[in-house]
Amino acid sequence: MKHLLSAEDLGRDEAIAILDTAEQMSLLGDRSVKKLPTLRGRTVVNLFYEDSTRTRTSFELAAKRLSADVVNFSARGSSVSKGESLKDTALTLEAMGSDAVVIRHPASGAPHRLSSWIRGSVVNAGDGTHEHPTQALLDAFTMRRRLGRVNDLSVTIVGDVLHSRVARSNVRLLHTLGAGVTLVAPPTLLPVGVETWPAEISYDLDAVLPKSDVVMMLRVQAERMNAAFFPTEREYSRRYGLDADRMAMLPDHALVMHPGPMVRGMEIASEVADSVRSTVVEQVANGVSVRMAVLYLLLGGSPE
Amino acid sequence: MATAPAGGPRTARTVLSGDDISRVTTRMAHQILEKTSGGADVILLGIPTRGVPLARRLAARMRDVEGVDVPNGSLDPTMYRDDLRLRGVRPLEVTDLPAGGVDGRIVVLVDDVLFSGRTVRAALDALAEYGRPRAVQLAVLVDRGHRELPIRADYVGKNMPTARLESVQVRLSEIDHEPDEVRIVAEDRRAGDGDGRSPEPRAAR
Repeated sequence: MKHLLSAEDLGRDEAIAILDTAEQMSLLGDRSVKKLPTLRGRTVVNLFYEDSTRTRTSFELAAKRLSADVVNFSARGSSVSKGESLKDTALTLEAMGSDAVVIRHPASGAPHRLSSWIRGSVVNAGDGTHEHPTQALLDAFTMRRRLGRVNDLSVTIVGDVLHSRVARSNVRLLHTLGAGVTLVAPPTLLPVGVETWPAEISYDLDAVLPKSDVVMMLRVQAERMNAAFFPTEREYSRRYGLDADRMAMLPDHALVMHPGPMVRGMEIASEVADSVRSTVVEQVANGVSVRMAVLYLLLGGSPE
Repeated sequence: MATAPAGGPRTARTVLSGDDISRVTTRMAHQILEKTSGGADVILLGIPTRGVPLARRLAARMRDVEGVDVPNGSLDPTMYRDDLRLRGVRPLEVTDLPAGGVDGRIVVLVDDVLFSGRTVRAALDALAEYGRPRAVQLAVLVDRGHRELPIRADYVGKNMPTARLESVQVRLSEIDHEPDEVRIVAEDRRAGDGDGRSPEPRAAR
């Protein structure tokens, strides 16, 4: 594995190898010294063209726990605001000796372009409305830890599928790992061509909940909403939000997941977000283990 | 199964049979008991892959002999190796320390083959991250020589002088699903790049 650009690139064996590696990495959290010497002398650049707290910190922590040097670069306050192109920025960073670039970019496909320009590894940390593969991996990791498996699970993904790179990556990875995925969203928030995805589509959340092992709520991405996709927030919340009454329709073992950041009261009610079924905080902790696994598998061996 | 590498012919000779391995394991269990005054405070940690079943076998023998229950587990030194960048990425193995940790205990590291000593060095580094044992000792089934570091074993199943071009293959029923055996294979290829460990069975991962 040289780059991680899309969940689609991962075969079943590769995905499982990442999850197994993450399992070993997670043991580090129990130790008093939370550090491994493995990537000593390697440099990881976090190249973030979009705001992010969770993902950037998670990658930074993952790299640091493996003893890599980390450079954080955000577009704001850099020469990007002076008009520098992605390619020039990337080549500049490479000239400084980076071994891997973790990139988040508002344009779909930016990590793919980047991977053809630089010699080091590229990790996609979210590109436009395309993919966010490490999020899908940490979601699958969380399911496997809580429920013991991913294969044959019924996973329902609810909300703004149109703008969601998390949904795209999850549908692909979960399909690869043998789970069944159902997408629930207003018709206006489903992308064109969704019928070709390996997923069922439903517009009725209440009908799907009783047979779901996992329900994953997506944030309504107000910043990408350039049209009226639904009449009012209240109506969206009534039809597609997860409140306590709806949560009661889930089977007893079912999980409630959210990639964050949550908009409480919109897609998820506060009492649901704070319930024992919610894995929101666990997902963040698991994110570090999964990203350590990805960085180790990309950078741990010989550079060829 | 190890497949013959492309190139010259290979000759294999058995140096320890299944019965030999059993006798040797029993002797090592006695030696550990003797040297640690009955095995109190001892923890056996196997180095994956084949050190793990060896540690389990030693613990079982020590129980047979003195009735002591010796905790055993595994310690994966992969992340602490100094040769990670010399080859493709290695998959991680399981680290499973017995409850109660290693602080103040006598830790006996167990591996199948002692060669350059680099695996043991990595294991010592890994162990230090988990706590401070009172003492660390090393038990190996085969010592084949060619050390590259100042490391020696406390308990040796068999000292086996080898040429660098030869490889020592250990087969244990728990891992390899074939009868226990240690054999030396003369290989007609460049040596010195390996760590002297037996090739893994080509598992479908």
